[in-house]
Amino acid sequence: MSHLLREHAPITEGNWELLDSEARERLTPALAARQLVDFSGPHGWQHSATNLGRVKEIGDPPSKGVNAAQRQVLALVELRAPFAIDRSELADADRGAEDANLDALDEAAHAIAVAENAAVFHGWKAAGITGILEASPHDPIELGENCERYPRHVAKAVEALLAAGVAGPYGLALGPETYTRVLETSEHGGYPLLDHLREVVGGPLVWSPGVRGAAVLSLRGGDFLLEAGEDFSIGYEHHDADVVRLYLEESISFRVATPEAAVALT
Amino acid sequence: MGFDQYHEPPEELPAQTRTFARLCTSLTEEAEAIGWYEQRMAVETDGEARAIMHDAQGEEFKHFCMDLEFLLRRTPLWREIAAGILFQEGDIVEHGEEAEEEATEDAAERGAPLSGGDSLGIGSLREVAS
Repeated sequence: MSHLLREHAPITEGNWELLDSEARERLTPALAARQLVDFSGPHGWQHSATNLGRVKEIGDPPSKGVNAAQRQVLALVELRAPFAIDRSELADADRGAEDANLDALDEAAHAIAVAENAAVFHGWKAAGITGILEASPHDPIELGENCERYPRHVAKAVEALLAAGVAGPYGLALGPETYTRVLETSEHGGYPLLDHLREVVGGPLVWSPGVRGAAVLSLRGGDFLLEAGEDFSIGYEHHDADVVRLYLEESISFRVATPEAAVALT
Repeated sequence: MGFDQYHEPPEELPAQTRTFARLCTSLTEEAEAIGWYEQRMAVETDGEARAIMHDAQGEEFKHFCMDLEFLLRRTPLWREIAAGILFQEGDIVEHGEEAEEEATEDAAERGAPLSGGDSLGIGSLREVAS
């Protein structure tokens, strides 16, 4: 049995499939970072740290004539989003109900996806994670609200990356508000702005909940590294007569290897 | 219409395994089609017909690769072994033996599931190859 303790939950095999499938469906479109950065793993629940390949000299070794250095690592962060499902809903699903209420799972999936995206793009100081946008040495480009000017701003970001020697293809991460604005806009002649921007970057435009503004980043690989110990899994906490308390969990670290490979659009 | 991609009674298989089996079957079919086009092109003397077959075979290459990528994303161990073999210079068999040994040992050491497990199997969602 794994640490997720799924075997202890009063949940049938069919309902585990239902919950896993629902979580996968909700997570996949929201996991913007995984559509844009390198991913390594899963390396297992026991994988605790990412090797940074660096050392820090430490003084006062236990014996004279000896130098000492300590390996530097980035500890993985465990992200956990708890949720509760009514047992009556699960019983209905077992009877064949197609509309079991899994809203709490959907909300947990969204919350944990937002957390992963936000950590990757904006960083998370307490976890030792520097985000893509805070690491970028490029001046942020102001997007504003006039969508007709977006292709020009995005092209400017691509130009900044090229000038820094960062090759494409590039991807465009768009925060939800910006994404909606882009989606609703057609340029003169009815050409969708979404398609125009896709042509400018030469890669995907990604709906990115948790991202403020937008970012253009290179997809050539080797620049941004997301590492998973345990990939997203559902685990069991406890239950009573009415509800089963579960959680969505992953363990991750994130590193920026090439800060100049992204430009922020605010 | 048959359902012979299942080796076990389908009603006893989890949905995840049924999807996996369907994609395995699809992968096999794409590989067969690639082989058939190769044979047809070898015997076809009409250049225009050969060009069409060549184009069609390209479609099958694409389908095969998409099927394979899906299966690798859902099977971490398979993905790790594939990474040690695909797109490498040198002795294929040697790479295969090494990749298998390293991947299974690594997985065992870190307590990772060799396949399936309780993970949702999401992994990377990137479509552009790095």
